[in-house]
Amino acid sequence: MTDPAVEVRSLTKRFDGFTAVDEVSFEVRPGEIVGYLGPNGSGKTTTIRMLLGILRPTSGRALVLGFDVSKEAEAIRARVGYMSQKFALYDELTAWENLAFYAGVYGVREEKALREAISQVGLGGIEKTRAGDLPIGWRQRLALATAIVHRPTLLFLDEPTSGVDPMARRAFWDLIYELSESGVTAFVTTHYMDEAEYCSRVGIMHRGRLLAIDTPGALKRSALPGAAWDVRAEPIVASLRALQALPHVVRAGLAGDHLRAITRPGATGEHLSSALLARGFRVTGVTEVTPALEDVFLYLAVD
Amino acid sequence: MPGQIEARGLRKSFGDRLAVDGLSLTVDDGQIYALVGPDGAGKTTTMRLICGALRADAGEVRLGGLDLSRHTDQARAFLGYLPQRFSLYGEMTVLENLRFFAEVRGLPPAEWKPRTLEILEFVGLAEFAARRADALSGGMRQKLGLAAALVHRPRILVLDEPTGGVDPVTRQSFWQLLIELLGQGVSVLLSTPYMDEASRCTRVGFLDGGRLLVEGAPGEIAARLDGRMIEVAAEPRRRAATIARADPSVEDARVFGDRVRLRLAPGSAEHVRKTLAERLPSEGCTVHHIQTVPPDLEDVFIDLLEAHGQAEARL
Repeated sequence: MTDPAVEVRSLTKRFDGFTAVDEVSFEVRPGEIVGYLGPNGSGKTTTIRMLLGILRPTSGRALVLGFDVSKEAEAIRARVGYMSQKFALYDELTAWENLAFYAGVYGVREEKALREAISQVGLGGIEKTRAGDLPIGWRQRLALATAIVHRPTLLFLDEPTSGVDPMARRAFWDLIYELSESGVTAFVTTHYMDEAEYCSRVGIMHRGRLLAIDTPGALKRSALPGAAWDVRAEPIVASLRALQALPHVVRAGLAGDHLRAITRPGATGEHLSSALLARGFRVTGVTEVTPALEDVFLYLAVD
Repeated sequence: MPGQIEARGLRKSFGDRLAVDGLSLTVDDGQIYALVGPDGAGKTTTMRLICGALRADAGEVRLGGLDLSRHTDQARAFLGYLPQRFSLYGEMTVLENLRFFAEVRGLPPAEWKPRTLEILEFVGLAEFAARRADALSGGMRQKLGLAAALVHRPRILVLDEPTGGVDPVTRQSFWQLLIELLGQGVSVLLSTPYMDEASRCTRVGFLDGGRLLVEGAPGEIAARLDGRMIEVAAEPRRRAATIARADPSVEDARVFGDRVRLRLAPGSAEHVRKTLAERLPSEGCTVHHIQTVPPDLEDVFIDLLEAHGQAEARL
């Protein structure tokens, strides 16, 4: 059995009176793609910063590639790649200069390594373009190139696809899969539930606590107390409020152009439609559906 | 009755780059219109032209029936605009920021106080009125931005990616606010990277290269791919996807969760289902099911961009 790429035990970070990360424990196995979900401010970025050795944990322990984050931050940073949601690129520098800068930080000098990183992310030909002139999808891939130029075996990606279009997001995930197939482990935070579906396991954070971590399939099967329903009723916001107030509904929200309700065990579609009809709403359909990861997330991560 | 927003033949170049190329759109009373498209498609430029924040090279914009170039001030008084990157004064409180926007919008002192309190209540920031803007979370910042755009009771709202980078919980509450505004008769034009948001709008326009490639109700647009999407549940997924891609009738194969989603050439569904049902097991895959599924907006988005990209490449 190989050692985990990341091993976290009761990791905690407090900032004057506020607990940003609260007794979090998990493991990431080599080659896994682990997705990390949570509302803004739930502690995802703080967790990554501790794993990179940038922030010191208040208590608990974390080993990254076998190194202790509190004592061996240098060794960790030399071996992992990090891409932040802000794509830390220098706009006035060309793509190549940006890459050379980050390569230098990691002590990588060979031009071959830079060329490989550029071609791996599919940006051959744009070496001389200023980073500030690149479209956002290309900036994102350049940021990935700067994170992999020193051939790390573990990647931390903090909202890597924030603000890029669906086409560019897909192309980006194809790259992550390719890296994963070559043995790289990835730890990815995202707000996109469809991206979480691409992950081997998904963790859900809320208010500093890791509420669940499992495969997307297992989360959908077991994290909800009962069934999920697509409800079509008008007017939509008033129907939503009515659903939210029903005793057998644990959560209701918008889903595409209709409503989604999660019910307690034993509730039926008939319960939902008759309750809405009794309150004077127009109901055009109530169907049981397979829950989506977003249902699990919204169920767990609500105050 | 004219639409609340009417844009006709809008054109805008920056240097030799044509950012918006003869674009027309209408948003009627109480409707919500989503602009979607790849980065650099011209969404932000279109919205800025419609708000009068940029001057068009050609074409016209009418807001609430008034010509923006002739009755600029009156037309813009109908409008609330939330740009993608908006400025708040970090060292001022939530309430002070709103007061500032109320004054800029010409609300008399007697009116701004009750209105700002009302609007903070509406967006759910009332208990944070005294908090400094730079101490707000991303989601609260977006709500304050919306509040600022709403302070003068506009009947038209233009929102440039209001939920970009915002978590799903905040997106839910932001949309509940939008739907209430629609119920009050406000008309909304917005851009979004989320196809599930586009699917709850009255109309959707797919923009690329400064032109609307397709426009219509979400259901109509998704129906373009009726009968052409199938879902394969098979293990191992990646191998199943590779085998499927080798079939010339399979235009696209995307691994999604524990399924592989295929887009097929028109009229080939029957044949592809049959072939895959034989080929997948013979090449070592365990097949759980192969079934036709309803297309969604993201399927259409990818299809349009691939087709458009290929057309451009041929030029």
